[in-house]
Amino acid sequence: MTTDSSMSTDSTVFTATTDDPDTADVYAASGDHAEGRVFNAVGGDWDDIVGDVGSLPEERIVVNMGPQHPSTHGVLRLILELEGETVTEARAGIGYLHTGIEKNMEFRTWTQGVTFCTRMDYVMPLFTETAYCLAVEKLLGITDDIPERASAIRVLMMELNRITSHLVCMGTGGMEMGATTVMTIGFRERERILSIFEMISGLRMNHAYIRPGGVAQDLPAGAIQAIREIIPDLRKGFHELELLMNENPILKGRMVGVGYLDLTGCIALGVTGPMLRSAGLPHDLRKSAPYCGYENYSFEIPTRSGADAYDRLRNRIDEMWQSLAIVEQVIDVLQGRAGPVMVADKKIAWPAQLAIGSDGMGNSLAHIKEIMGTSMESLIHHFKLVTEGFRVPPGQAYVAVESPKGELGCHLVSDGGTRPFRAHFREPSFNNLQAVAALCEGAQVADVIVAVASIDPVMGGVDR
Amino acid sequence: MTDTPTSAPENLPAGPGTTPEPIQRGERTGMFGATRGADTTGYGGLRSPILFPGAAVRPYGGDFDAVADALEARVSPEAFVRTVIDRGEMTVVVNREHLPAVARALRDDPDLRFEMCLSVSGVNYPADVGSELHVVYHLMSITHGCRRLRLEVTCPDADPHVPSVVATYPAADWHERETWDMFGIIFDGHPSLTRILMPDDWPGHPQRKDYPLGGIPVEYKGGSVPPPDQRRSYN
Repeated sequence: MTTDSSMSTDSTVFTATTDDPDTADVYAASGDHAEGRVFNAVGGDWDDIVGDVGSLPEERIVVNMGPQHPSTHGVLRLILELEGETVTEARAGIGYLHTGIEKNMEFRTWTQGVTFCTRMDYVMPLFTETAYCLAVEKLLGITDDIPERASAIRVLMMELNRITSHLVCMGTGGMEMGATTVMTIGFRERERILSIFEMISGLRMNHAYIRPGGVAQDLPAGAIQAIREIIPDLRKGFHELELLMNENPILKGRMVGVGYLDLTGCIALGVTGPMLRSAGLPHDLRKSAPYCGYENYSFEIPTRSGADAYDRLRNRIDEMWQSLAIVEQVIDVLQGRAGPVMVADKKIAWPAQLAIGSDGMGNSLAHIKEIMGTSMESLIHHFKLVTEGFRVPPGQAYVAVESPKGELGCHLVSDGGTRPFRAHFREPSFNNLQAVAALCEGAQVADVIVAVASIDPVMGGVDR
Repeated sequence: MTDTPTSAPENLPAGPGTTPEPIQRGERTGMFGATRGADTTGYGGLRSPILFPGAAVRPYGGDFDAVADALEARVSPEAFVRTVIDRGEMTVVVNREHLPAVARALRDDPDLRFEMCLSVSGVNYPADVGSELHVVYHLMSITHGCRRLRLEVTCPDADPHVPSVVATYPAADWHERETWDMFGIIFDGHPSLTRILMPDDWPGHPQRKDYPLGGIPVEYKGGSVPPPDQRRSYN
């Protein structure tokens, strides 16, 4: 293919790469169509396309932004109708990361379901796990039997996860605006918490740590000390982010008044989380419908009234401080008392116990000795519960938790079997992404990036 | 002291119509949940119904009575199929033709004020003959302190139509599209009912229970791992 600019009016210029059936766009090949001229930006010189588009007599063009675009948080596809630089219509196309997790969960035991749902929104896996486990526990009717220590560990993990999620939101959002330092600070601080997650659950993401009935295992020795040690560093990092962003004139120029969605719009579109709170409504399920013992911790709900991307950012920073305050309270609770971390009912509680051996983490030797050496019944019990799982009485339940992105709900239906009959997740990212049109239409193309980043969508959660 | 049993009210069997009658949706056979292969346990003939919670009997308790009173005052009685109170959650099952009116009343009545429709999800009960497909709406009222209500409508496989609630709850837009995509339930009146998660040209609706599942070929003498619903399992 030639890059000679004299060829730019020739309709074959950009079809050279798309003639190959492997790369041809099945929906619209380059060239003239009834709807208008189609340009495919697949390789080649970007200037050619710009020059070519500029040669068109009309200003109105439809741009497919994504599904592979660095500033769309993964595989979000935005279909923008542009009039010059102004977005006249914006639609979001999703589904590029659909992996059928909900369907898969119908063929796994209730406990294995955690392993699937943790992979939905991979930036806030512990919230999805908690929502799922709370729903299973509600179906089982053991909500009140969950040990306090297990609930406290859940709160600890969720609040640390809330910080990492907000850091990713800010880091990637900052990066999309060209603020690389925001990204490096954000990910640096997140790394501290991920190493805590790794210490506690064994994994940096996709933990499957929170299980129906409690958590997979108690905090390892030294975990609380490690958390205490990172807290001053986190404080310093948060402060650095605040100094970098809060009054930054460039950032404010990009964010203030951008992505406006008022309270009426939020309620109508079912938008929750920092977006709703940026419109002035102090709605937070941790306060208004507490779960996991959130009523025992003192914290505040940051609320602002600008209803724009800037106020959402500021809300997120404030929420990180609040989360840190909760973490400090929880570790005080956890440090004082030992106790079980799994429900006492042996028909539900996961039988296996893990321990650190000379060759890394594995089944605890004491447990192996019991099931293999001393008690045949223990072996049967272990085997039945691990392979077959427990049964859950028929019925349905819906449990919602306040995730970093808004209400994360889990709707579970049981038919009395060892597997979910139906599992559905109300993902805040999925719901909130509906607001793209309301946030972007009438704004500039550059504002679209800021507005979408202020929703904080994670496509793993959107598409599931 | 006599040997006659005491007749304290809590010891008497419940009178008809005073406790919820469960709804049967399918039955289980055998004792161990195995559905494939010969059952040599001797329990193969065992049949037990799958009983879902049925219509609750007044008083429902808590806030539920106030919600039911307000709703019944606003909507004609033929709209309601049953109200289920289970696990601390209220489910109002309504006839599908009355769904828009019920949704509007739930949103607008000051005593109800369920201003947010958070989630729409489908459930496929193949054993529920005549109403195989259920659509479940999860509503929340922030005004009344995060009060929650589940709205449920059913439709048969042969006529999978349910009126859309997008006119009342714009938030239901994508959720209804997803339910159409996954269950093939057609939401009449939806502004653009297109597939959302699956590709536009995808055949079938994957979350339905009759959707064929694929096996996985393995590189051993043409063998394959059977589809998950045809594997040996204990469910």
